[in-house]
Amino acid sequence: MSSPHDGHAVALELDCTTLPCPMPVIELARHLGDVAAGELIAVVAMDAAAAVDVPAWCRMKGQEYVGADVTEDGRPRYVVRRLG
Amino acid sequence: MTGSVPAQGDLDSASAAPLHPAAREVLLAALDRGYADPRRLHRAGREARLLLDNAREATAGALGVRADEVTFTPSGTHATHLGLLGLVRGARRGDLVVHSAVEHSAVRHAVEWSGRGEEVPVDKDGRVDPAEVRARAVRPEVAVVAVQSANHEVGTVQPVGRLDLPPDVPLFTDACASMGRLALPSGWAAAAGSAHKWGGPAGVGVLLVRTRARWRNPFPGDDRVDERSTGFENIPAVLAAAAALQAVVAQREEVNARHHDLVDVVRRRVAAEVPDVEVVGDPVRRLPHVVTFSCLYVDGEALVTELDRRGFGIASGSACTASTLTPSHVLEAMGVLTHGNVRLSLQRDATRADVDAFCDVLPDVVAEIRSRVGL
Repeated sequence: MSSPHDGHAVALELDCTTLPCPMPVIELARHLGDVAAGELIAVVAMDAAAAVDVPAWCRMKGQEYVGADVTEDGRPRYVVRRLG
Repeated sequence: MTGSVPAQGDLDSASAAPLHPAAREVLLAALDRGYADPRRLHRAGREARLLLDNAREATAGALGVRADEVTFTPSGTHATHLGLLGLVRGARRGDLVVHSAVEHSAVRHAVEWSGRGEEVPVDKDGRVDPAEVRARAVRPEVAVVAVQSANHEVGTVQPVGRLDLPPDVPLFTDACASMGRLALPSGWAAAAGSAHKWGGPAGVGVLLVRTRARWRNPFPGDDRVDERSTGFENIPAVLAAAAALQAVVAQREEVNARHHDLVDVVRRRVAAEVPDVEVVGDPVRRLPHVVTFSCLYVDGEALVTELDRRGFGIASGSACTASTLTPSHVLEAMGVLTHGNVRLSLQRDATRADVDAFCDVLPDVVAEIRSRVGL
């Protein structure tokens, strides 16, 4: 699928709004295999650590951190492209 | 009297070190000799004054500064507040404090209290770039620059001696993480240290203010022996702190070399034996006794608790171990993993067997916590 960085057409969005650190990253790792290589997976999290830990996870696990945006109701969302 | 028993498995000297044996003897002797008011001219007062002056001379000698540049405070935090805010109050220009993004919370709270602050970003090792500090410091609104001697969480030594600041912008250096272990850097107008981190008693901070610095007391003054201090001096404690500092400085060549090698062992073994771990901070230009790493998918509080159950005391910068539920601003500024974080810092007598014992249990502890969430 085409997925320009602006607009963030994600294939899968994980709602981790109520989950504390480090659960959002754990959910991301669990569900990475649910999207195809090249597709975007996003995690919605209120946990303050996610803003640092999602990019750090991408670096450690060889995935691409696309960026942060917000959901329609203003919750922080972190977008990742599965590379492999 | 019983001798000091090193706390077995305590790998958190950066939070507090047990009382140095050299401090214990001095403290006990001074409890009887140094109780009086050092401003009084009677015999007991003169005795207390002598001990206070001795403590100041010994501290100055150990740090390589002048005795009249040394002030004892009730904590390292208070020394930091006094030092930084006194430079702001004495500033010739502006009211903005430019500081590294990885300063201790004592600096951050003081900046917040004083008004305006601006962070200088750090690299992945947690180090500021002197050129970036200078670019911000030259602006007319800048009152003071604050850069720590070394980072308290990840151990990275900052390039304090290489900062090239305008002559009318003073530098405050929080030296709490390194005082005693490393020689003071050059270039600061005021600096702070904390005795319980070098094996002195708690409740003793050291404020250093250069003779020519424009420093004005930011808080109400007092009429003590030292015009920068307030309140009745804890003379037995400051004398014991000075004795510990002298001992630590005298022994640091041997202790630092041993600690540096032991931390290298931890860095190497953790990276090799724990999957999905990030060992952070500068591997070479660092405090000799500190190492920090973060384990993916691990709850920091669970890690602290499980290691404690196995007899190892470590600190963690993870959000779930902080009362604020926010992750360490140091790890955040470095852009490294904040969860599953461990800060290990060696006590004075640490041995290879101590660090090997820790490294032996760590992989299983991490694997067990990961298995709870199915990873």
